Amino acid sequence: MDGKLARIVPPVLVIALLIALWWFIVARSDSPIFPTPWQVVTGAWELVEDGTLAQHIGASVFRVAIGFGLAFLVAIPLGLWMGWVSGAYYTLNPLFQMLRPISPIAWIPVAILWFGVGNMSPIFLIFISSVFPMIVQTTVGVRTIDRRYLRAAANFGVSRSVLFRRVVFPAVLPEIIVGMRIGIGVAWLVVVAAEMIALNSGLGYLIMDSRNAGNRYDLVIASMIIIGVIGLLLDGATRLLERQKTVKWRYVR
Amino acid sequence: MSDKQIIVEGITKRFGALPVVEGVGFDVRDGEFVAIVGPSGCGKSTLLNIIAGFERPDRGTVTIDGVRRTGPSRNGIMISQHGSVFPWLTVQENLMFGLSGTSQADNTELADRYIAMVGLAGFETAYPHELSGGMLKRVELARALVVKPEILYMDEPFSALDALMSLRMQNELRRILDEERHTVLLITHDVEEAIFLADRVLVLSPRPTAIQATFHVDLPHPRKLSSPQAQSLREAILKELGL
Repeated sequence: MDGKLARIVPPVLVIALLIALWWFIVARSDSPIFPTPWQVVTGAWELVEDGTLAQHIGASVFRVAIGFGLAFLVAIPLGLWMGWVSGAYYTLNPLFQMLRPISPIAWIPVAILWFGVGNMSPIFLIFISSVFPMIVQTTVGVRTIDRRYLRAAANFGVSRSVLFRRVVFPAVLPEIIVGMRIGIGVAWLVVVAAEMIALNSGLGYLIMDSRNAGNRYDLVIASMIIIGVIGLLLDGATRLLERQKTVKWRYVR
Repeated sequence: MSDKQIIVEGITKRFGALPVVEGVGFDVRDGEFVAIVGPSGCGKSTLLNIIAGFERPDRGTVTIDGVRRTGPSRNGIMISQHGSVFPWLTVQENLMFGLSGTSQADNTELADRYIAMVGLAGFETAYPHELSGGMLKRVELARALVVKPEILYMDEPFSALDALMSLRMQNELRRILDEERHTVLLITHDVEEAIFLADRVLVLSPRPTAIQATFHVDLPHPRKLSSPQAQSLREAILKELGL
């Protein structure tokens, strides 16, 4: 109980202190544009009441879900294959290592050219941004499986399919989950950036629109906070996966 | 079939320019317990890996039950120092991993019997990271025994355990071998462990390793290491090792 309290109270205190400081400075400076915390709350409440906030959140989450889902479906089999088959690794790894450091933002013009300004562009960008970390993580995971486990499997003379299902895949699963955490984090960063440039819905769009439509900085700040909270929740959701008993061994030591 | 279950002939292995094993040959009878001792880094593990089929020799052959060894096989299970219990499977699932039986129920029953045999009844559904080092060793031993191999290859199996647990495991192993006769090849650097467990002790020379001396341990089980015969044997083996 003490430990739990010690992990909750200090961070809450820091955030409360920061809000107090923010409030104090804005009140003292009499800024006509920068909002107080209370103005942010009331501004956000307006959007909650007329339903637009839910729409924007829904739009962003939908794009991430589709883009990340597609990336997952591509990255995991590809990563497993590249990790297991050396030829595939040596053929494809240099290409992916080269594509990986290109910021997803740099793909925006290409995405607009290929997919226009609809939903497909941000979905493509999210796909691009999250697929490479997941491929790399999965590949590395397979290649670094402790040899003693493979030897043990060989010793018992199991079939290739059993080897893959009961040894290789479970051995890599913790790495896959780490890849998913990285992937979903990047995807969330990218969807907001993409929406700021190319779209007319989503939390990124809400930020730009609020500024353009009469300097509504209360809504800008509110969006930022909501983006942070949702990002935290997404990370928390993937962290729940790490608690599964079959992968815990990788994280407890 | 002759009574020689394992025939090792002229095994030579080098890693690059470094000769590791130089012409090792010996036989092991069915049901015999042979311990191999030697200075650390002398190539003991390499030799055992070759015999178990995980590595190939540059020259020489290993014949098991009259068949030339070309790869690992489930009739000889390796138990190594660091262990290879799958951490993503429960104790019971680990034991059932090697069982390719027809009926799931039979396999479960068999697994549980061996879990009980190594003293882990009640831990069937535990995950390896919830167990101590000694318990993990028991799981590994049970997982090897449950597939009913004819041979156990043991590469310093208890050296990662503390001294007390190591002694306890030696006793357990001896008890189990009285119940189920296996042929055992044990690599160790613990001379007392070798004398306590083995029928025959082979002393290896430093790298490139060859068999330097052979000792027969003609003492009834359970053995007392404090007995005069055991003590003189210990001194003779240590002398061979240069101590």
